[in-house]
Amino acid sequence: MIKKSFFGLLKPRLEYDIIDSKTTAPREITVSKTVQLLSNRIFDKKDSILIQVGDEVRTGQKLSLIKGEDDYVISPVSGAITSISPYTGNFGMLMTSIVISKNSKEETDGRFAEAAKSPSLQTTTDFLAHLPGFFPISLLSKQTPKIKTLVIHGMDTDLLVTTRQQIVKASAPAIKKGIQILKEISGIETFIIVVPETLFHEAVSTGATVKTIASNYPSASPYLILKNILGMELPAGDCFEKHGIAVVSAEAVASLGKAYQKQEIPTQKVLTVIDKTGTQKLVSVSIGTPLKDIFSALNIRAEDGDRIIIGGPMTGLSTYSEDHPVCPDTDAVIVQDRSMISCVSNNACINCGECVRICPAKIQVNMLVRFLEACLYDDAVDRYDLFSCIECGLCSYVCTAKIPVFQYIRLSKQELTGIQSTEAENV
Amino acid sequence: MFNQKKFIVSHAPFWHDGSSLSTKHYHIMLAATLAVIPGFVQYGGPAVAVVCFSIATAMIWEMIINKIAKQPVTIGDGNAALIGLLLAMMIPATTPWWAVLTGTFLAIVIGKQIFGGLGGNPFHPVVVSMAILSLSWKGIFDFNEALLPYDFNFTMAYPLASLKAFGPDSISSFSITDLLIGRQTGGIGSTCGIALLIGGLYLILRGFIRWEISFSFLAGAFVTAFLFTLFGEEGKYAGPLFHIFTGYTLIGAIYLATEDSSSPVNFIPMLLYGAGCGIMTILIRNIGAYVDGVVLAIFLMNLANPLIDKIRPKALGKVA
Ligand code: SF4
Ligand code: SF4
Repeated sequence: MIKKSFFGLLKPRLEYDIIDSKTTAPREITVSKTVQLLSNRIFDKKDSILIQVGDEVRTGQKLSLIKGEDDYVISPVSGAITSISPYTGNFGMLMTSIVISKNSKEETDGRFAEAAKSPSLQTTTDFLAHLPGFFPISLLSKQTPKIKTLVIHGMDTDLLVTTRQQIVKASAPAIKKGIQILKEISGIETFIIVVPETLFHEAVSTGATVKTIASNYPSASPYLILKNILGMELPAGDCFEKHGIAVVSAEAVASLGKAYQKQEIPTQKVLTVIDKTGTQKLVSVSIGTPLKDIFSALNIRAEDGDRIIIGGPMTGLSTYSEDHPVCPDTDAVIVQDRSMISCVSNNACINCGECVRICPAKIQVNMLVRFLEACLYDDAVDRYDLFSCIECGLCSYVCTAKIPVFQYIRLSKQELTGIQSTEAENV
Repeated sequence: MFNQKKFIVSHAPFWHDGSSLSTKHYHIMLAATLAVIPGFVQYGGPAVAVVCFSIATAMIWEMIINKIAKQPVTIGDGNAALIGLLLAMMIPATTPWWAVLTGTFLAIVIGKQIFGGLGGNPFHPVVVSMAILSLSWKGIFDFNEALLPYDFNFTMAYPLASLKAFGPDSISSFSITDLLIGRQTGGIGSTCGIALLIGGLYLILRGFIRWEISFSFLAGAFVTAFLFTLFGEEGKYAGPLFHIFTGYTLIGAIYLATEDSSSPVNFIPMLLYGAGCGIMTILIRNIGAYVDGVVLAIFLMNLANPLIDKIRPKALGKVA
């Protein structure tokens, strides 16, 4: 954990981890017994669901819960469905969990291979919505406005994480292929890849316009990339799509490329695992793998009182169970030792202004927090720029009174915008 | 479910820079103590007694209010102790115990707790307390009167009082070096300029107080005093350094004006606020009715703070 420097006059300088030539390829970890897939669709008893407990599934098979619904998951293993149940995700988001127990016989579902012979938007929409790295496929068929610019994000958005950089380093050809496919099937005209300086050469080989970003946090925030690199300030509260821009992770584009290259749906997710000592390890696992399988393969012991964080130290989400599965957008997992856990408090804001001076969005956080604590959301938005927040977490990180400022911000945004925005911001 | 491990579930960020209220307040106290030591040496036992009593009663008042309001006890954050210490630094070593007790009551209860406690106070609690105290018992807080029992080997007149009463000629016996090393009368912890400056520098470098405010305070005072000597009636006004090293200027610039809750957080407002304090201090001293203007100047700028702090940068993506 990076503490305030002795000379606190200087702003804390948080740096992203940048991979170097010594970084080794991700270690593959195989699923032990079961995988758990999370579908955004909720079902209730009345719905006639398409899949049943006991059904046999093949690797790469598309599993839709309800007829006529777009939402589906892709089975990364061959086996049988052992449970289908409601699941509550982050911020109370309701989902459905599908558990598949793996059997020894590996069978691949051939439907995608058949369809992939001629790449099309239809095939992509039908089969590739659950790709490692999470590609927001629905954006491609959006009409007003059409997505014209795709920003391929080759930099990790949180500290300690090197997942996306690893993808750019190792899978530049796949990204190139992905871009080719996207050019064919969508109306996207401009492809921009954003990487740290060190990955410049790999990035150039993808054929996209290369932009490099600095290594100081939070310059990899999509909002700041837009502002500093594309010279466009997104009006507060607007989503990227509204301006014809999509930001997707490099891994998503690479997965898309691989899917058409190999004519099979990729299911291996790369992620950075950070153990209690802060050491990072890159692993490659099936989507749906329970975290505990990864921990046992890496000899990490998570005990009572420790914290398991999905995502990075600044913006991740903690989970209460090591059974939690790897999802298409899981870029990192941290196991934090109980001794490292810093507590929040219920102190009032002392108006020290540390948060104001560090906020990259220039928000008057000291005032904002007062309005959020009082649940005065309208004022928070109109007068104190709640929607300008780029969700970097720095305000909480520096708060002298240890107020969970960032949590207040996230919750109130959630309250105000509903669930959809999480998807858009997950890029 | 029963054998499931219990992990801590909480919110991002999962890191914190390690700062805390208590660290901040204890460091400020530590730095301030440096300026109290010369006071101890000069005035001996009574000064020690006033300081200890002030800190103790400030903490007790805070605890009493916590209990009455059924809040968690907040003396652990060090703020009450800091208020007690700062108050003691500003008063003469001869202050009677009941006046100290009233002073801490005014600071903690009237200055801080009725506004909702730490962070809610629009004025510096010590400034509120000092303003009321000196209006109520002029004699106790008049350094010339209060320090009569003492005689040191330097001029025993309170420099600012002499200046007010007899003009700059009367202060020729104070050399700047003397003022700087505390060879002057005044509050227990507000006379030794060099100790205050070192403490301030330490706090600024460690990021516990904001340099913008202290710096602009002193700059504002310096420039204003200088302009007075330049354009004012010849021989009527004292020089800028005299003003900076006497009275409460330094303690005000370093420890009072920089209090978080009553000062701005944005860059330009901090400069305006600090400069305002400094300018007003000199205006009050030179043309106002009071001997020292620091307390009133800070009080007025505290009042203006919410307004000044409205000058802020445009937030990201804000469409006007
Ligand atoms: S999380 Fe906090 S510091 Fe970051 S942009 Fe939002 S308000 Fe500013
Ligand atoms: S850092 Fe915390 S205590 Fe300081 S102004 Fe911001 S919210 Fe208030």
